[in-house]
Amino acid sequence: MLDFFMGHYAYWFTIILLAIGLYGMLIKKNLVKKTIGLSIFQAGVILFFVSVAMKDGATVPVKADGLPVSEVANYMNALPHTLMLTAIVVGVATLGVAFALLINIYNRYGTLNEEELLDKIQ
Amino acid sequence: MIGSEIPALIPVTYILFAILIPVIGLWKREITWHLGVLGTGIATLFSAWGFMHLIQTGETIRYFFGGWVPPIGIEFVYDGLAAFIVLVINAIAFLVLIHSKEISKVEFPGKKMAYYAVSMLLMLGFNGMVLTGDLFNLYVFLEISSLSSYALIAIGEKRAPYSAFRYLIIGTVGGSLYLLGVGFLYTVTGTLNIIDMHDMLPMVIGHSSVIAALILMIVGVGVKAALFPLHGWLPDSYTFASSTSSALIAPIGTKVAAYILFRVVLFLFGVELIDDQLPVTTIIGIFAGIGILYGSIMAIAQSELKKMLAYSSVSQIGYIIMGISLANPFGFIGAVLHILNHAMMKALLFLVSGSMRLKEGHSLITKFDNSYRKKYPWTMAAFTTAAISMVGLPPLAGFFSKWYLALGTIENSNWILLAVILISSLLNAVYFFRILEKVYLNNPDAESSEETEVVERDEVGFSMMFPMAVMAIGLLLVGIFNAYIVNVIFTMFPAGF
Repeated sequence: MLDFFMGHYAYWFTIILLAIGLYGMLIKKNLVKKTIGLSIFQAGVILFFVSVAMKDGATVPVKADGLPVSEVANYMNALPHTLMLTAIVVGVATLGVAFALLINIYNRYGTLNEEELLDKIQ
Repeated sequence: MIGSEIPALIPVTYILFAILIPVIGLWKREITWHLGVLGTGIATLFSAWGFMHLIQTGETIRYFFGGWVPPIGIEFVYDGLAAFIVLVINAIAFLVLIHSKEISKVEFPGKKMAYYAVSMLLMLGFNGMVLTGDLFNLYVFLEISSLSSYALIAIGEKRAPYSAFRYLIIGTVGGSLYLLGVGFLYTVTGTLNIIDMHDMLPMVIGHSSVIAALILMIVGVGVKAALFPLHGWLPDSYTFASSTSSALIAPIGTKVAAYILFRVVLFLFGVELIDDQLPVTTIIGIFAGIGILYGSIMAIAQSELKKMLAYSSVSQIGYIIMGISLANPFGFIGAVLHILNHAMMKALLFLVSGSMRLKEGHSLITKFDNSYRKKYPWTMAAFTTAAISMVGLPPLAGFFSKWYLALGTIENSNWILLAVILISSLLNAVYFFRILEKVYLNNPDAESSEETEVVERDEVGFSMMFPMAVMAIGLLLVGIFNAYIVNVIFTMFPAGF
């Protein structure tokens, strides 16, 4: 049982991060905190990809004299990591758009608290 | 030979114009509209030409970026279905942007340059989503189109930024869930190419991560498609956005997401494969059915034209997803045909609501009266064409997609969904005919029936009338030449049909 938890600890952290992110988006009333929750959620997905590609005792996928190419087990798969570079860029762009929208909301209503905002909209 | 370059040329046109518009816009602000129309026009020409080319040769074009052969490289797959959808969305965008000439001066003055540049990025994202043959590339295009649509939705009424923010939170969670699903699939297959993965999936289908990935991807894309329980962002976003944004995003955005569901369920996994593991098609069929009825009933309850159309979108996307869930040839034809029909009908209806907002300053159904038929005879004729097509009366396009969907439900002996189609057609009739009644029949309660005011004819200008007329005539033509289109759709079936 302990093995099951310890052997997959990276995935447990991913799940915890996803849960924290969802909690932030669902429960928090402040729109900035919702945005932070969103960011944590995305970080959870990124860490999932990064930990999937991690391999103990393997090296970077560059051909070296000591390691023949035929022994693929000695090399790490770099593709998920490079994919996540793109995903991080997407996340940054999303945050940028989110904050631009928040500035607009604040200028129009003078608050970022969701309950006050809904009162003012009605 | 230019034919094989078509899949890359369409997105490149949009990238080019997304850069050209801000650069030239700094120098001459007035011509940004012309550039936007030109960009979508060129893309429409390319996609029309590619579609013709594809019908003649019947060969799927696979464009490898940088010459890297998949599964290592990224490819664009230009098959019949992709070519069809690309043509539909580019043509609709072209017509909607023509219509935006007058609206842009009123609804977003001074923001024209940014608006058209972002709408080019939006179309880049949608075209990329349709064309790409790579699951991660699809996520990137999904986010490009989503980010642009958040920005376009935020331009509008006072409440627009808040509804755009809500859409951003929900939409990004949907995108992230899709990405997580792709990650699960990658860990078991080691590839991201859709065709390659389709060949590998039968070997690993029993694995729990494949099933988890399937659920995550359907939920993630379902958010974008506004599949019934995930539709919460849609009504507010479409209602408070500017008229052009709603007319651009409503007919195209949810259709492209539904197309991704086609790709995932029918092309990537294949129906036999997933239904062994999990009754996915039954479940999405149930949600689609509930969504159709829910959207129609909520649409009846609305008194604002744009909000009514937004709820009607929730209902209509249900038809397309129902077509996927039927997983038989009739259902497939019905769904693909409905993508075309609904894109035209919804774009036309949103354009009419935009024209009304421009001319009357509102689009409240309660304030519609019979002076409109004299003031705007052609606009109202276009509206009536679209409304009758939505209800599904025979000579118009809307009838045929419902007909094929109904045939599909009969073939599966799925009588509940057949009943859903029939009931929702009646509900459609309720919410459209109450408007037609106000416009075309005299109000018996009106007091001053004696002193009939002379209503001046005040029809909208050519730039607004032209797109609406094209779509209204298009609805009629698609209905009449329906058999030809269905013959073309026959060539698009996924393997195993």
